[in-house]
Amino acid sequence: MPPATASTSKRRVIPWIEGILLVLFLLLPLAVDDFWVLFVTRAFILGLLALSFDLVWGYAGILSFGQALFFGVAGYCCALLATKAGITSILVLLPVAALAGLVVSLMLAFLVILGKRVPTTVFVALGTLTGSYVVERLARGWSYVGGQNGIPSLPRLTLFGHEIAEGPVYYYFALAILALIYLGLRWLTRSQFGLVLAGIREQEARITFFGYHVQNYKGVVFAIAGLIAGISGGLYAFHEGYVGPGQLGPVLSTQVVLYVLFGGVGTLIGGIIGVSMIDLFSYYLSQIWETGWPIVLGLLLLIVVMFKPTGLIGFLVTARERVGSFGRFAPELKDAKKPQAAATETP
Amino acid sequence: MNPTSGASSVLEVRGVKKIYATLTALGGVDLTVTERSFHGLIGPNGSGKSTLLKSIAGAETPTEGTVGFLGNDITQATPAERSRAGMSLKFQITSILPMLSVYDNVLLAVQAQDSMLALLLSRTREPLHHRIMDMLVQFRLDYRPDELAGALSHGQQQWLEIAMALAREPKLLLLDEPTAGMSPQERRATGKLLAPIRERCSLLIVEHDLDFIRDICDTLTVLDQGLVVDSGPTQIVQNSAKVKEAYFHA
Ligand SMILES: Nc1ncnc2c1ncn2[C@@H]1O[C@H](COP(=O)(O)OP(=O)(O)O)[C@@H](O)[C@H]1O
Ligand SMILES: [Mg+2]
Repeated sequence: MPPATASTSKRRVIPWIEGILLVLFLLLPLAVDDFWVLFVTRAFILGLLALSFDLVWGYAGILSFGQALFFGVAGYCCALLATKAGITSILVLLPVAALAGLVVSLMLAFLVILGKRVPTTVFVALGTLTGSYVVERLARGWSYVGGQNGIPSLPRLTLFGHEIAEGPVYYYFALAILALIYLGLRWLTRSQFGLVLAGIREQEARITFFGYHVQNYKGVVFAIAGLIAGISGGLYAFHEGYVGPGQLGPVLSTQVVLYVLFGGVGTLIGGIIGVSMIDLFSYYLSQIWETGWPIVLGLLLLIVVMFKPTGLIGFLVTARERVGSFGRFAPELKDAKKPQAAATETP
Repeated sequence: MNPTSGASSVLEVRGVKKIYATLTALGGVDLTVTERSFHGLIGPNGSGKSTLLKSIAGAETPTEGTVGFLGNDITQATPAERSRAGMSLKFQITSILPMLSVYDNVLLAVQAQDSMLALLLSRTREPLHHRIMDMLVQFRLDYRPDELAGALSHGQQQWLEIAMALAREPKLLLLDEPTAGMSPQERRATGKLLAPIRERCSLLIVEHDLDFIRDICDTLTVLDQGLVVDSGPTQIVQNSAKVKEAYFHA
């Protein structure tokens, strides 16, 4: 057990990382060319997908290898609406994407999470992986959704008739959505609901004896994560201009798992860092060694996952800060009433 | 259900059997805990005390028999449902949440009564504050509420877990060897800490320390090899020949 000292609870690093990243991301388009603007926009969108996985695994202990399923189905739904019905307004498509992710994740939740018996981690992992796999295969064979080729040349998203073009406009748009959802999750995970999630992560069996219906909590978290993955999938489809079966499948699902493990589980910001770092490494490695770079990347991931289970963020953030504080003595609430006032000498 | 000896019963265990593969841990146990009574459960190691407590709390499903709680048959109820009906417990193995603060451990226990929506909106964080601090003061854990629970001493962790169980204002508290590993002083303190809860709830306690049992329990049940050897008022039972044979000289 790590010793708890007064200082460990006070030295908080995550808000600094969040602040620095936000400023960096706000200023970045002023300093780099279009290639990097597109590159980072993609990282924002996949960052949403990483948040979605971190929420289920890092906060609720659900090992989902199916986050791409919600991402992909949402992307396909939006793409079909845009190409077959001519709908391009983001005010319609983004809610549709969210709803698609929500509905599909609820369906999967009923199959693998909300059963009568408490499912094992392996069962959930295999169940979600299978879902992802099956739907990718379906999409590959279904000509209405373009089969192997998917749906190419999507029109641009519009807002009140103005096109949201890839580049700085899409960049700030994606950043705004990422920041909003990030703040929402930050609030959620630090609420009393978040305390229940912390309890589930630490001692799931014990929590049920307090009267918590753990399955319901997991179901709700899984659905919220599905909704976020859906939004991510919708944004991705229009940023790239196409949807394809690969966006539904186990490869992307697994990639998201790696993003979050690499950056750091259960911190929210770790997923964003993971996406940025892995994509950057991949890019530079592929410049240096055109064919063999995935080997180097794989080894790098393996080293981090094996030797630093808390991910890159684990170098900066203590376990205490990661788990957090929820009650009256939470750092956010501390200034309201100093806990030291309650300090009485004990014999 | 028949109330026994005037006082209405809180817990009625009837013919509970628990068979693990070939091993009969409980061979048909009857046990009644009446309102506001402290009921001791003793017996040699392996006699089935923990299994009985787990069957009552829902951690184990009896192979046979029924468990009645406050007049309802809860044999098939989930642990969460039993807890919401007013049952609280401390397992034999201490299971606080070591990575959470002392305060958050108790908050987690008491806020379980609230709806998911209320918890999402953190609506009960403030209203529950005094109840949590009261509990911490009672169990002498108030001097560092933001300390990690895992950093507490063994005895304090046991107290924290009792505090968590009690903060939920249960009708029945189940304690499995709460003073194991405590110093004599800590044991005495535990007895004092438990005494006042009699006004609010009944207690079923597994305990090896007979002096402790004698001090706080009104009634006593003795288990041996999964069967009730004797049961009744503490003074009478602890002096009965059958018990002396089965337990004290076993
Ligand atoms: N999960 C289990 N599987 C198999 N046997 C068990 C299990 N739990 C307890 N037992 C056995 O049941 C008997 C009663 O155990 P227990 O209730 O823990 O006794 P006590 O708490 O009185 O020491 C013991 O012989 C023990 O080995
Ligand atoms: Mg035992």
